[in-house]
Amino acid sequence: MIRLIASILCGLVALICGGGAVSAMTIEKIVSPSGIEAWLVREKAIPLVTLNYAFHGGATQDEADKSGTANLAADMLDEGAGDLDSKTFHERMENHAIELGFQVGRDYFHGSLRALSEHRDEAFDLLRLALLNPRFDADALERVRGQELATLQRDTTNPNDLSSRRWWRTAFPDHPYGRETKGTLETVPRITADDLRNYVRRVFARNELKISIVGDIDAKTASVLIDRAFGGLPAKNDLKPVANASPSGLGRRIVINVDVPQAVVTFGGQGIARNDPDFMAAYIVNHILGGGSFSSRLYREVREKRGLAYGVSDSLVWFRSAAVVLGGTATRADRTADALAVIEQEIKRMAAEGPTADELAAAKSFLKGSYALTLDTSGKIAVQLNQIQIDNLGIDYIQRRNTLIDAVTIEDARRVARRLYGGGMLVTVAGRPKGLTSSETTE
Amino acid sequence: MLAKKNFMIIALAGALASSSLAAEQGGPEIADFTLGNGLELVVIPDRRAPVVTHMIWYRVGAADETPGKSGLAHFLEHLMFKGTAKNPAGKFSQVVARIGGQENAFTAQDYTGYYQRVPSEQLKTVMEFEADRMTGLQLTDDVVLPERNVILEEQNQRIGNNPRARLGEQVDAALYLNHPYGKPVIGWRHEMEELSRDDAIGFYRRFYAPNNAVVVIAGDVDPAQARALAEETYGKVPRHGAMAPRIRAKEPPPVAVRSLTLADPRVEMPALQREYLVPSFATGKRGESEALEVLAHILGNGSNSRLYRSLAVDKQVAVVAAAWYESSALDMSKFGIQGSPRPGVTLPQLESEIDAVIAQLIDKGVTEEELERAKTRLIADAVYAQDNQASMARWYGAALTTGGSVNDVRRWPDRIRAVTADQVRDAARQWLEKRRSVTGYLIKDVSPQVEKRS
Repeated sequence: MIRLIASILCGLVALICGGGAVSAMTIEKIVSPSGIEAWLVREKAIPLVTLNYAFHGGATQDEADKSGTANLAADMLDEGAGDLDSKTFHERMENHAIELGFQVGRDYFHGSLRALSEHRDEAFDLLRLALLNPRFDADALERVRGQELATLQRDTTNPNDLSSRRWWRTAFPDHPYGRETKGTLETVPRITADDLRNYVRRVFARNELKISIVGDIDAKTASVLIDRAFGGLPAKNDLKPVANASPSGLGRRIVINVDVPQAVVTFGGQGIARNDPDFMAAYIVNHILGGGSFSSRLYREVREKRGLAYGVSDSLVWFRSAAVVLGGTATRADRTADALAVIEQEIKRMAAEGPTADELAAAKSFLKGSYALTLDTSGKIAVQLNQIQIDNLGIDYIQRRNTLIDAVTIEDARRVARRLYGGGMLVTVAGRPKGLTSSETTE
Repeated sequence: MLAKKNFMIIALAGALASSSLAAEQGGPEIADFTLGNGLELVVIPDRRAPVVTHMIWYRVGAADETPGKSGLAHFLEHLMFKGTAKNPAGKFSQVVARIGGQENAFTAQDYTGYYQRVPSEQLKTVMEFEADRMTGLQLTDDVVLPERNVILEEQNQRIGNNPRARLGEQVDAALYLNHPYGKPVIGWRHEMEELSRDDAIGFYRRFYAPNNAVVVIAGDVDPAQARALAEETYGKVPRHGAMAPRIRAKEPPPVAVRSLTLADPRVEMPALQREYLVPSFATGKRGESEALEVLAHILGNGSNSRLYRSLAVDKQVAVVAAAWYESSALDMSKFGIQGSPRPGVTLPQLESEIDAVIAQLIDKGVTEEELERAKTRLIADAVYAQDNQASMARWYGAALTTGGSVNDVRRWPDRIRAVTADQVRDAARQWLEKRRSVTGYLIKDVSPQVEKRS
């Protein structure tokens, strides 16, 4: 018997404004019969369904001497579940072009599903098996572990990995955020199938589960499928707490010697929490200094004017228990010191003076206009909604976002620039940068 | 983390090869027309979001460079952001940023593309800018010389710092004995260092013109309106009088099995990369490219592919093993195989296991079940593709600059559906012949017996 389903608590029309054009996208909050909440956007134009979901509890849940556990568990979820061994599980996916993705971040386990409408039941059945009954068979585990170890071995001479890993390890010593999500050559061999089962048992639960669905599917069907995939999970997770932390080592510079023609630079400092009232101001100021566009200060000074690098940028990175501002570039060995000097000077200048009124207006205009570009495919919408759920911004966030941007004044921007960039940076460099050595003090 | 401006499409494997749109599966109506000055336009409506992807694809790429000037097509792509008489350096990018747009550019062997993704009511703005820089580019050494340093850093970032990319360059160079596809798109460093303003301007004047380009517009736009805007903007740019046909030096028949070894001190994970010289969609006979597409999928795409199943799961000699095929190329294309051995397994051992998998496929063919699974996946990709206007624009652009037509792309699901098991086996037999191939080893140290192979 089918019970009455999907008590639709709220339907919300989010207006996405791209300049003058406006289109409507309705986000429905649905609740499944077993009480699981999800956000749904119905998009009938294309016969497919896209699902994104997240469980609280990512790599932070790894034991320090077994880092990489959550990551390995994610790798193993499509390697056999229930009655299906790895080969059969993959055949079932491939026979219907079903895509299941599993990925581990520091705070969250992220999953995705994509299927043609005609195969969505099969897709949700496979997802249920993967989440509830993963097998972690020994032969598959050793094969997948071998792949992880080969990649880790390869990365031991990769300048990008060397620089980035050292940055995180130095910024967050003795904290889960300082550990590598993928683990190390020492820790990954220690992980057992029981460790993987333990991770899944503690993390995959219905509380703190965030779900977004986009596609050619109605609320009722979506509710049934959500219960089919997630309804059998335990009601509550069982997580280790994670201590709040701030990046340390600010003002330090660390050089890691590796023979590559180009030195890879990572720089970063204290960031800003997602729920901080100054977050939007910080987001705008960071965009002006080194955000993605071709008119950022770092891009102009490092690449455009001096030709020192192909790319240079920085961005805000936020977690549940810490936040950083993090940037990077890659530049030839004999000019690394020059590039770093330019970057440090621009950071100081931004901290001291903040942006100009023109820069602020241009950045606001960009951030408002470009939002529609992050919502132009079913897949992107599902990802975006899931992040809004994780960040706890509310189902009306898309609607409110322009107002939040407009509310940032030049005074806010200057104050927040000082807060964000005034505290010094930890810098790591991998390569053979000429004239640069590790130092304990800022220049 | 790093800015991606001017990224290059070096290899168009896998996804791009699977470019398609299924009209019979409910895809949009696509308009395709040509202006009086020879500019072709393709419009792909997708009215779900108020944004539009506007791309211009020039029918010129690295393979059209004069010998000795490798990297020039890509260098010019960077320099196209340096301004015109009407719009000084930076203005186009500033306007795109202010309206909340994204922009970028890319260079491949057969084409060079520029795009903007903007709110749909700004379509005309970006068309005006793009039409202006089709012939209005102005360059001086004070912008050209720093940009040359930028592409040298890009070469370091993509190739110099990456042993696998270095191996790929060497394999390509050995595969093409005569055709310019053997040169890297980014260029050889010693030639990049000598590229000048005059080189760039000369190349620009020779190849950038309305009758050597196709504009692809995907998103929230009506074809009739797009046409009117195109007439007002691009329509005013005069046709180029002397656009030569794209005829490159042809490959001789491959007669020698080629092997090479690249030793790099940073290699921690040895690797094997093999490429076979095979037909592209443009050069192949009817059905040949489609059969190669299905073959690549069965042989080396995913956990149940022949290579992965045999080498990584059953025999446990490989950590990874995969195959790919590049259908979009104006001239003879590539079929690739790559793998990394498990610790304790040598590259020659891995290679002989790969050869055994191929030999068995040639001998016994593929099963109906494998065939159906591959087709299901490839055809589903055509539906998934419709979800992304930017992907759609890229697929049409790549097809139209490498000898394909709008109809070829539209009929792609039917073409895949028609592939038979015999065709797949025949494709393997005919094209996966070792004399057509180069096998590259990437190793940490040069061991004498391996070195002799090259």
